[in-house]
Amino acid sequence: MQTSTQPRFGTEELSVFYGTNEAVKKINMEFPEKSVTALIGPSGCGKSTFLRSLNRMNDEIASARVAGRIWMDGQDLNDKNTDAVTLRQKIGMVWQRPNPFYKSIYENIAFGPRYHGTRGKKQLDEIVEQSLRRAALWDEVKDRLKESALSLSGGQQQRLCIARALSVSPQILLLDEPASALDPVSTGKVEELIIELKKDLRIVIVTHNMQQAARVSDSTAYFYLGNLIEHDDTTKLFSNPSNQMTQEYIMGRFG
Amino acid sequence: MNAKTADKLATGIIVFFAVLIVAILAGLLGIILFRGIAQIDWHFLTSPSQNMKAGGGIGPQLFNSLFLLVLTMIITIPIGLGGGIYMAEYAREGKITAFIRLVVEVLSSFPSIVVGLFGLLLFVNTFDLGYSLLSGAIALAIFNLPLMVRITEQSFRAVPREQKEAGLALGLSKWKIITSILLPVALPSLITGTILAAGRVFGEAAALLFTSGMTTPPLDFTDWNPLHPRSPINPLRPAETLAVHIWKLNSEGVVPDAKQVAAGASAVLVIMVLLFNLVARWFGRFVYRKITASKRME
Repeated sequence: MQTSTQPRFGTEELSVFYGTNEAVKKINMEFPEKSVTALIGPSGCGKSTFLRSLNRMNDEIASARVAGRIWMDGQDLNDKNTDAVTLRQKIGMVWQRPNPFYKSIYENIAFGPRYHGTRGKKQLDEIVEQSLRRAALWDEVKDRLKESALSLSGGQQQRLCIARALSVSPQILLLDEPASALDPVSTGKVEELIIELKKDLRIVIVTHNMQQAARVSDSTAYFYLGNLIEHDDTTKLFSNPSNQMTQEYIMGRFG
Repeated sequence: MNAKTADKLATGIIVFFAVLIVAILAGLLGIILFRGIAQIDWHFLTSPSQNMKAGGGIGPQLFNSLFLLVLTMIITIPIGLGGGIYMAEYAREGKITAFIRLVVEVLSSFPSIVVGLFGLLLFVNTFDLGYSLLSGAIALAIFNLPLMVRITEQSFRAVPREQKEAGLALGLSKWKIITSILLPVALPSLITGTILAAGRVFGEAAALLFTSGMTTPPLDFTDWNPLHPRSPINPLRPAETLAVHIWKLNSEGVVPDAKQVAAGASAVLVIMVLLFNLVARWFGRFVYRKITASKRME
């Protein structure tokens, strides 16, 4: 294997099996720095499974097996000697349904950093404020940090989850349909946030909404039946895809 | 018969059975309380029972029941929590897990009298613990463990999966996720379930007949040295519980007021179990609010 095939962050021949079913087939992809990569495709095409394998979340599913390599700065994250627990700190994740901890707003953010060794109240306060500011939530919650996170609206909860992911300073953020359970206003806020956050992070987002992919991403990958059909600049992919199947999907002829 | 009539008929039958169940419970409670409540006063609750003459109370029995419950829970809760957490969070589906689950289920359907006889052979005789609180507590722990494991497993499984994933994505260890994220969410139903299980233990008689025994030495409530034979908290003394006392009075009681004492003791027992149920609900809700810092129930 040559080092030139190793992306800074990306996958090499990555496959995911559920039992004997190959749900994701030998994907080679690179996620460039300071950019948003959107994964699109019809339901069941493997895009979410692929995303979940990037931070080894599929480890938790007994029937799932991940083959291939996930490169991050020359390290193979999928190697069995790589500690999944520590690598996940570098790769944050946000899901479709907001899942704040059953704790106060403050605790939701402070919990991760405290576990990873930040003890001082002042530092924690700072992390909480910074993370909430980056997630554009600070002004809405700064006077009620001690209240339950469950008292927030769905859109606020989702931004809280993004703030929580940011609290441990990840280098990569994985978003699994982060706005599909939200109303249009909240969706708009989350999208603005994504564009803002890519200044410091690599972001990979799975979305069902092609307009959303076009709005927020720099490059887009089209998945179908576990295969990566096409991965190109978003403008190029949506205006002039090189693959017939991509063309048909974005024209809305199926899927 | 058209769909509408069938629907009405089915609704009627279902409502009838629901009402029937409530009526049975209300009837039972009514009879027990009606017959027993007149017996209950401070003297009855605190004075020792009599062997020959009338006027005995249930003080030692009540104390025995409560103390035995505490001992049982001290044994059951850690083991049950451990087993339940293992089943919910660590065990991978497979032959071994299926086997453990089968064992737990078989154990939970064991007749309590058999557990009592097993306790007699193993703890009372082989381990030479004699008829004692300790023997009784271990027997009750065996009787109660399957329930405790199931309560724990169900409480943990009821926590949304997304909570665990959120913890994983932050780079938290599994143990940290279990203790700091899942446990607080599971705690209210864990507490409710535990107290309900305690209610079941409190009313158990058959498993205790041959383990904690059917007698109580004269207790000295001023002596709290657990090594003294007359100390209430000596775990190696025999201890007749409330439920066993009721059974004994009804089957071989020779005191002239055996019927009345049994009725009073039954009422006390039922009231205690009812209290367990009410406290379980209230306390579970209270803890939920404390933990989630929320003002309303979800």
